[in-house]
Amino acid sequence: MNAETYEPYMRGGRPIYHLPEEPHHPDGHSTMLGFWIYLMSDCLIFAVLFATYAVSSHSFAGGPGPHELFELPLVALNTAMLLFSSITYGFAMLVMDQGKKGATLAWLGVTALFGLSFLGIELYEFHTLITEGATPESSAFLSAFFTLVGTHGLHVTFGLIWMATLMVQVSSRGLIAANKRRLMCLSMFWHFLDVVWIGVFTFVYLMGSIQ
Amino acid sequence: MAAQQRDLIVIATVLMLLIIIPVMVLTVMFARRYREQNEAVDYDPDWDHSTALEFVVWAAPLLIIICLGAVTWTGTHRLDPYRPVERITAHKALAKDVKPLDIEVVSLDWKWLFIYPEYGIATVNEVAAPVDRPIAFHLTSSSVMNAFYIPTLAGMIYTMPGMETKLHAVINKPGDYEGFSSNFSGDGFSKMRFRFNGMSEADFSDWVKTVHSADKTLDRPRYLTLEQPSSAVPVMHFGTVTPDLFEAILNQCVKPGTRCMSDMMKADKQTAAGEGRAPTLQDMGEMKGHIAEDVRLHGAGLTPPDRKLRAERTAMNDPSVQSSSPSTVL
Amino acid sequence: MMMSPQTAPFSPIFGRLTLDSLPLHEPIVVVTFIMVIIGGIGVVGAITYFKAWGMLWRDWFTSVDHKKIGVMYIVLGLIMFLRGFTDAMMMRAQQAISFGSNEGYLPPDHYNQIFTAHGVIMIFFVAMPLVAGLMNYVVPLQIGARDVSFPMLNNFSFWMTAAGAVITMISLFVGNYARTGWLAMPPLSGIGASPDVGVDYYIWGLQVAGVGTLLAGVNLVATILKMRAPGMTLMKMPIFTWSALCTNILIVAAFPVLTAVLALLSLDRYADTHFFTSTLGGNPMMYVNLIWIWGHPEVYILILPAFGVFSEVVATFSRKRLFGYSSMVYALVVITILAYLVWLHHFFTMGSGANVNAFFGITTMIISIPTGAKIFNWLFTMYRGRINFELPMMWTVAFMLTFVIGGMTGVLLAVPPADFVLHNSLFLVAHFHNVIIGGVLFGMFAGINYWWPKAFGFKLDTKWGKRSFWLWVSGFYFAFMPLYALGLMGVTRRLQHFDDPSLQPFFIVAAFGAMLIALGIAAMGMQFYVSIRNREQLRDLTGDPWGARTLEWSTSSPPPDYNFAMTPVVHDNDAWWDMKQNGYQRPDSGFQPIHMPKNTGIGVILAGFSVAFGFAMVWHIWWLAAISLASIIGGAIFHTFNYDRDFFIPEEEVIRVEGQRNAALVEQG
Repeated sequence: MNAETYEPYMRGGRPIYHLPEEPHHPDGHSTMLGFWIYLMSDCLIFAVLFATYAVSSHSFAGGPGPHELFELPLVALNTAMLLFSSITYGFAMLVMDQGKKGATLAWLGVTALFGLSFLGIELYEFHTLITEGATPESSAFLSAFFTLVGTHGLHVTFGLIWMATLMVQVSSRGLIAANKRRLMCLSMFWHFLDVVWIGVFTFVYLMGSIQ
Repeated sequence: MAAQQRDLIVIATVLMLLIIIPVMVLTVMFARRYREQNEAVDYDPDWDHSTALEFVVWAAPLLIIICLGAVTWTGTHRLDPYRPVERITAHKALAKDVKPLDIEVVSLDWKWLFIYPEYGIATVNEVAAPVDRPIAFHLTSSSVMNAFYIPTLAGMIYTMPGMETKLHAVINKPGDYEGFSSNFSGDGFSKMRFRFNGMSEADFSDWVKTVHSADKTLDRPRYLTLEQPSSAVPVMHFGTVTPDLFEAILNQCVKPGTRCMSDMMKADKQTAAGEGRAPTLQDMGEMKGHIAEDVRLHGAGLTPPDRKLRAERTAMNDPSVQSSSPSTVL
Repeated sequence: MMMSPQTAPFSPIFGRLTLDSLPLHEPIVVVTFIMVIIGGIGVVGAITYFKAWGMLWRDWFTSVDHKKIGVMYIVLGLIMFLRGFTDAMMMRAQQAISFGSNEGYLPPDHYNQIFTAHGVIMIFFVAMPLVAGLMNYVVPLQIGARDVSFPMLNNFSFWMTAAGAVITMISLFVGNYARTGWLAMPPLSGIGASPDVGVDYYIWGLQVAGVGTLLAGVNLVATILKMRAPGMTLMKMPIFTWSALCTNILIVAAFPVLTAVLALLSLDRYADTHFFTSTLGGNPMMYVNLIWIWGHPEVYILILPAFGVFSEVVATFSRKRLFGYSSMVYALVVITILAYLVWLHHFFTMGSGANVNAFFGITTMIISIPTGAKIFNWLFTMYRGRINFELPMMWTVAFMLTFVIGGMTGVLLAVPPADFVLHNSLFLVAHFHNVIIGGVLFGMFAGINYWWPKAFGFKLDTKWGKRSFWLWVSGFYFAFMPLYALGLMGVTRRLQHFDDPSLQPFFIVAAFGAMLIALGIAAMGMQFYVSIRNREQLRDLTGDPWGARTLEWSTSSPPPDYNFAMTPVVHDNDAWWDMKQNGYQRPDSGFQPIHMPKNTGIGVILAGFSVAFGFAMVWHIWWLAAISLASIIGGAIFHTFNYDRDFFIPEEEVIRVEGQRNAALVEQG
């Protein structure tokens, strides 16, 4: 497939059409690539939501704007939760590489707790906004805000369900190759959500509050 | 304008035929000549590259597209519907002091409303203009999108709720022309037709007088009734029109008590800039006290929901029957 | 969630579904329904009688074999084609008679559903499955792989596409379909103007199918990048595989936009948000932009695989290398990129301003440069060839002559001042049918005729194939040339009734053309039937009936489950031609056990839950929606606990199958 392996396809100056040994496609050898492509497509969904938010971000329908609604300290705390969860997931991957099942499970547990707190804080924020009357129905700005942040939250929820599933699978079957591969996929997913959140934090909360 | 658009289509077609015709001829020729049964011609199974030919196959379309691109660029600007009319015809310049005739167009479900601010009159499904006087159409829509199209006069332009589009044109020949919606807008779409009359100055003045003499007045309540869905609507004349009705339609605040989009946008601009006292959630709470039902559906905004109206609309089995339900809220 | 609109009473058990939702008052629908029921009972009865259920379930429905999935996609596409074409015939009939005082036989609300359904079905459930089916079948074989990267996902993708089709078809008999046009533009598709279930059927049908399409795209991109045979560098890939790579990259980069924009539309409809409303800051123009950012690449998603088919066919039947391989590849890549820079040409008439319009007009025209280069390259492939006019080649020549007309009218529509006259007219309708029938559909027919012997081991009947070909091609010209003329006369599309009787002759000719196409479809049906009946006479044992050039022809027809007993090594972009030239001998020893994925029913099950979920969301049956969503998630999780997903085909089995094949080849000489 690359330059070095190309020449061996000749024998005695004549091309050969089969290798003596079957080229081995190990199980799941394209999983990482496939999952990465999927993530890029997911990224496009977020791109659309960001674009929608950008278009709608000044359409308050006569209602309040971001600097009257958002509480930066709360959001900062929330951001910290998600960033910490990314770090702890990184620790989980490190101990996974060393084959330590118990430690992996422990770090995954810590990650899940951070994820849950993130979700809890987000739900609290949503609840506060809605009881104050700033609902998704109020204005295009709020529709776009709830949808963008909510979609991210849904992804985190899905990630947590996945994490719980994997924790069960790792504890019952151990760190077998298939489970490691799944943990790697979830790792990419989890860090991806972190990156998206940094975008949300910057474009929605920070830039909204300082205008 | 329509004539110039036609010319442009012809030019573009001819330019493209320069390449299309040789391709079609070659296809037929090669298909015949190199058929299996014809063993007399040479056969070159490994011939798969020729730098010269490759250059030609990319360069030929490129050249055509460069020409066509130039035509497109100038044509698009020259025939921009937003650009005021500069010449009456190719041979006749526009007099300096001529003021274009403003006509405000509103697409309703499923008929056309024309308002002449200069004369304070309005018509439904009929529009007239004097020949050789530039017309400036200002267009919007009451509910869904339509496209305003009088093929003999000019190209089409969309009408969209809450947005204003523009079309500049001039009619050179008196006559009775067809106009219609060219963007699908629902059940009454096929019958959303109107007549466009190009008239001499004198005939046009007479026509304006006739419309003036109609005793119907187009005020806000009348507009709200008119706006109800109906199709195949006969021509209507309104002798007087409430001033600024078009503004109100455009800003979706014909119904008393609704907040105009323009005001909302002004407030939004202040909110975005952090200027002035932006409305607070308390304000929103107060609003809610007044019209709880509406706010439950639509939050802080004051534009009431129009879904009730639409629900009744679909409940009607025959779309051509105009809804007369007095309880209808817009 | 908001309560349902007031049109129907809401019950906690049935949502807004009532007995009145069944269109019992519409005789046309009732008759269709009865016919479908009778046909359905017939099919089910036949399957039961022949005791074929087990076979269908084991060998087809649950199969993860890319070849079987490819065939199932094509069957789905052909079945849905019958529905979409029936809609077309009904429209042609209506427009041919509905003049002056005659209102025709379809009232607006029915007619409007028909043209919406026609567009949606033809694009999403005919063209897409046909394209996906061919790519699925051919690509792994062309790259010398045993399957796609994710075989189970492949099965799931197919069933999700089928589930979307099922949801769309249910709307025919329960409730109604959207009456908005195939892109469901708001505000017309908003809850205000369309409060009934039509647009919801539209949304959920497309969302469910979209999941399948997206995952299939991911799957094929990974397959092409990772599973190629040794020696097959990117620039040695067959051109059809290249077109598949570009297509699937387009799918991965475009379908998420559709998913997102439909999700926002459903939020507007279900949760009263204001993305595309004209009130409270919503912006309908945003929908128009977003849907076309998906919609324009979609056009190339359909046409690029057809280009790939023509490239294979023209080289094979001219018995010559494809002219300008690398320039073909660059043309594909350029088209792929440009596909994202032209979306605004779909709405020049919305007042974007002259600079913007001119920019998008010119980018659109630029696409015709690589397209033109491709046509020239096909032409020069024929030059100095030995052209064998089998059916695939006939379709290809018909394509070349027809498609250039469509290309020309397309460039014409890209000139903004011309578009101000032609937009939304029948000229536009004629244009895109010209490129979709003359390009995509002819390409699929060429492909089906070309690869049928590979899939089933016998050729298709030529006599009926030629009849179908001539009926189709002449029918196309009769049906759509009048529409070009009407469009130039300023006749707009989607009209259910006309005032001007002088237009009627044009519509009658168009209806006649549609009749010819109907006969062409019937002839195609006959072609399949006759071919299957005479399969022994049409049998091909060589596996290479056309003297073709790419790897799929190096294995038997139909290929064994594992495709290749030994992974081939590639030295040339016409790999199989190169092998034949160099006196390639089939291996008869040295086989090893072959690692294969196991079949699984999870795809069918999850797709079934998705149908239930979509139906529940359409009718606001919240409990069912919750249960089916939970079942989808639960089912997927349950599936991940199954680690036993693969098996080995033992060496003896491979030796037996390959031995039989070698014996057959010897017997044939």
